[in-house]
Order: sequence, then structure tokens, then C-alpha cells
Amino acid sequence: MKKYIDTGKKDTRSGFGEGLLRAGKADGRVVALTADLKGSLKMDDFAAEFPERFIQCGIAEANMVGAAAGLAIAGKIPFIGSFAEFVTGRVYDQLRQEVSYGKTNVKIASSHAGITLGEDGATHQTMEDIALMRALPEMVVVNPCDYNQTLQATLAAAKYDGPVYLRFGRPSVPNFTDPDEPFEIGKAYVMNEGKDVSVFCCGHLVWEALQAAEALEAEGISVEVVNVATIKPLDGDTIVTSVRKTGKAIVAEEHNMAGGLGEAVAALLAQEYPVRLCFMNGGDRFGETGTPAGLMALYGLDAAHIIEKVKSIL
Amino acid sequence: MRIFEKFPVIIKIIQNKSMAKENLQKIASQVRRDIIRMVTSAKSGHPGGSLSTTDILTALYFEVMDHNPATWTRDGKGQDMFILSAGHLAPVYYSVLARAGYFPVSELGTLRKMGSRLQGHPSVRRSLPGVTQASGSLGQGLSVAAGLALAKKMDGDKHLVYVLCGDGECEEGQIWEGAEFATHHSLGNLIGITDWNGQQIDGSIESVCGGGDLQLKWQAFGWNTVTADGHDMEAILAAFAKAREMGRKTNRPTMILFKTDMGHGVDFMAGTHKWHGKAPNEEQCQQALAQLEETLGDY
Repeated sequence: MKKYIDTGKKDTRSGFGEGLLRAGKADGRVVALTADLKGSLKMDDFAAEFPERFIQCGIAEANMVGAAAGLAIAGKIPFIGSFAEFVTGRVYDQLRQEVSYGKTNVKIASSHAGITLGEDGATHQTMEDIALMRALPEMVVVNPCDYNQTLQATLAAAKYDGPVYLRFGRPSVPNFTDPDEPFEIGKAYVMNEGKDVSVFCCGHLVWEALQAAEALEAEGISVEVVNVATIKPLDGDTIVTSVRKTGKAIVAEEHNMAGGLGEAVAALLAQEYPVRLCFMNGGDRFGETGTPAGLMALYGLDAAHIIEKVKSIL
Repeated sequence: MRIFEKFPVIIKIIQNKSMAKENLQKIASQVRRDIIRMVTSAKSGHPGGSLSTTDILTALYFEVMDHNPATWTRDGKGQDMFILSAGHLAPVYYSVLARAGYFPVSELGTLRKMGSRLQGHPSVRRSLPGVTQASGSLGQGLSVAAGLALAKKMDGDKHLVYVLCGDGECEEGQIWEGAEFATHHSLGNLIGITDWNGQQIDGSIESVCGGGDLQLKWQAFGWNTVTADGHDMEAILAAFAKAREMGRKTNRPTMILFKTDMGHGVDFMAGTHKWHGKAPNEEQCQQALAQLEETLGDY
């Protein structure tokens, strides 16, 4: 199988920070807003380089969304950044009226998504954000897999005309994709071709799936790993092509079952090409305090569990 | 043909900057007729707040704002901008926009009807000229206006951004997030307008959730405040002039609190919350129209 090398663990939010800086250099319309989380969102470099285009909003996310909509109407390209829960669930109605229904070119930079936020516990660990953002008409939902891809996805989001939800996490995770490969919104990336089972995944679970595929290859099991980095709009062609070949699939994500990638893929395949499907996700529950790796193991979302799941459906 | 050219009378009105208050009052009377007829025809909608803000919005669009319907674009570049935060005031907003030449007055009769550009609450999805942003879910327009005002500052555009909120709407927490943001970012080019009619759907503000002094609240958040009678054209124009000057001098946002009567201009609707969101029947409509002079011709 195709060999991926981890060039050193990096947090995906730093990929966003670097992407934001580059996007800002490339286009003077790019502005950044945060609700008192400049450091956590890695906006420091952008703020230092473009102080007049960095807008601190204080701990007031609802207003931040509205202000960003105003800036977008006036022709700016605003990126609003906070923790995933606080730029989705907390401000769902603002995003709905001002960004989605209001047709404004606002980019939502969502960090610390999922249980790997870790020790802060369930108040901060949203496992529902993809569902909320998928529900908004015309919202693009992107969850890149590593630092490099997050950087490229940020550049792509800046160029895209319309609202984009860009999801990334807190901890450092393996960095293994081509740093120079431009990100295509709406494309699912076949990371490894296989014939026995398809694994559709997003975020840092892509690395876990690749590790699982490598281990299974040694046992003679061929796994196709597809990085569904854009969850909406879903790349139906790539997903259907994959299951036509493998006939069965697993969907893995750091998100709950309701409204996540799993249900998106299930809805697609139910209509287009029904196959046996298994889901690996948070189920229907809240997170809890713990280390990122410990929680991923507890929730059954690591390479070891993917290996087990693949074997169970063969 | 541009929409603008279809309305020679209106062009004359817009171009004549020294329009006497009598003319504004005449326009306001026609706008009130429009509101009553639109809401009656739609069999739903919000006449109460529309009537209480009619004089203010008439003054704003026909005298105060530097705007041009013929060159208007959603981004508002090179013009003053207006955001209606209290989206349920759509009837007065649509009437004033149409009468000012943004779209044909004949379209007013389509309010709330299937396929209309005049959605129940303002929408940007039907390309209705003059509407900058959707509204309806309350408490959000001040934030949008603050973003627009900030963009104008960043771009060196000296034009102003106006935003209209209801007094009941100020129960929304986001209003106060927007208030502190506007002060923090020195938005002297932002002028807020409060329709201070003391009423909301469930009753008087006092009886529903009226804690504290509204003017002192704005002042506590660092805003300049101006108070005026929202049904006296001279007082309205003076309040806007004062607000512009205060904003320019202090570099701080300014809130004009206009004392108004919900339902103003129609005796049986005035001063009560009961007509906040209720349409008159045909008989009540005629009763209301009998009190309002037809000045520019009904649509």
C-alpha cells in the first residue's frame, strides 16, 4: 500500500494559523475575528502581521457572527474563530440568519472539536457540530486530516465564495499529507486503494485508518481508506465508486452518530448503492475528562478498534 | 429602464434636500396607508411597530441618509447604510423603500404572498433592492451594523451606518454584546435608532421584562444618547443632526431613543400592544384609512 510518513506531530489549528496568515498576505480582504481565543486559534501571527485586520470581539460569540456578516457584506472575507462548541451550538441562530440565510461570505474556524479537546470535559467537547453545520442550507463543512491539509483547506476556504465551516482539533496529531497539494473543496481523497472494505473517515482518524490498513495488509486484508475531508457537499462519485469495488464500508469520525459523516454516507448509499455499513463514532452521548489518546481508545476510535471492526464485517 | 426613472415625482423629492417637514409628513401619511393596506391584504403582519417608526424611517430615507436607489448595491459602498434589526417592521421598511424608488410601489401588494420578493421578514434571497441583510430573529442587526461600520472605517469610507432596534428587542443579550463592541472599536460612524414605544407582543415592556433605565444602559455601555419625539418631524431631523455631530466629535457610537406610540396615526391602534402582530379586517382597514390622507397615490 501507499506509504505515508509522519513528518512530526503538529496540531491542525496551527495549520489553520499558518493558512490564515498566507491567505491574509494573498488577499487584503481577509480579516480575522476571535472571541477572546486568539492564542488557542493560532491567530497571533496574523494579528501581528495585520493588526488593522484583526478584530478582537471579546467573549461575545453571537456579536462576532453578526459583525463578521457585516464585514462580509461590505466585501471583506472574515474568518471567525473560537472553540467548536462556541462557534456552532452557541450561535446556531446567528449563523442561520446572518451567514447561511443571509448569504454572507463568512468562514467559521472551529477549533478544539470533539473529545480530543481532552481534560476540559464535555462542556467544551462538542460531538454535534458537524450535524448542526450540515443542517444549514448551503453551508460547506470541511474537516481536514492533518496540519498540512488544514493549511491548504484554509487557503481554499478563503478563495471559495460562500460560507465554510472549517473544523480542526486541539492536540498534535501526525502530519503526513503533501504540504504542497492544494485542497479541493468537495473532493474525497482516496488515500489508499483496497478491495475488501472501504473506510470513510475524516480528521485525524484518517491517520488511524491508514495505520489499521497497514496492519491489515500484513494479514492479507486490503482496505481502501478514503479521506472525506469535505463532509458537505459530499463527494458521492468517489464514495460510490469505492463501495462498488469493496461492497462494504466503515464510516469513522470523532463525532456523534446523529447528523455526522456516518449518516451523510448512509443517506447517499441508501439511494445510490446500498452496501453493508458499520459506524464508528461517539454514538449518542457526551464526552468526558481525559487525555486525547485515552479518550479515543475509550470511545473506540483508534487504529486498534478500526482493525477489529474491519475483521468483524469481512 | 431603470426603476428610478419610473418615478419622476419621487426623484424630485429625493433631490430636493431642503424638503419641508410638511412634505415628509405627507410621505409618512402615505406610508401609513401603505402599511394598513399591505397588512390587511396579507391578513397578517405587524402594523403596530410599523406605524410607530413611520415618521423616523420617512425622515431617514427622504432627508437624512446619503443614498441613491439607482446606484445602490448590497455592499453599501459610497452610501449611508441602513439595517433593520427589528425585521417584523417589514411593512414600513418596504413601503419607505418603494416610495423612495428602490422598487415599484405596485409590488407592495404582494407582501407575504407566495413568490413575493416582500417576504414576511426581510430577505436577501429575492434580490429586493434596498435590503442589505435578512432580519427577523431579534437582537442581531446591531452586530451586523457594527461590522458594516467597522468595514467603512477600515476602507476610509466616511458614510454612516444606521440601525433600527425595538425597545423590547433590547431584552436580547446580543444587543449588549454589540453595544460594547461598537464602543470598543470606536464606531463613531454608527447611529442606532430605538423605537421606544414601551410595548411588546405580550404587553407593556414594564409588565413583560422592563428592568432598568434604557437610556442609562446605553450610556453605561459608552454610547452617546439623544432622545426625541419620534412623531415630530422637526425633532426627528434635529435628533439625527445631533447624533451625527456627536458621533463625529466623540468617535463613539450614538443611540437615538425616539419616544413613540405603537400604532401611531390610527386611533384604535395607538398606544397598545394589541396591534403588534395583528392584521385589521376590511372594516377596520377602512376605518384606519379614513384617518390617513392619501398624498402620493395608493399603490
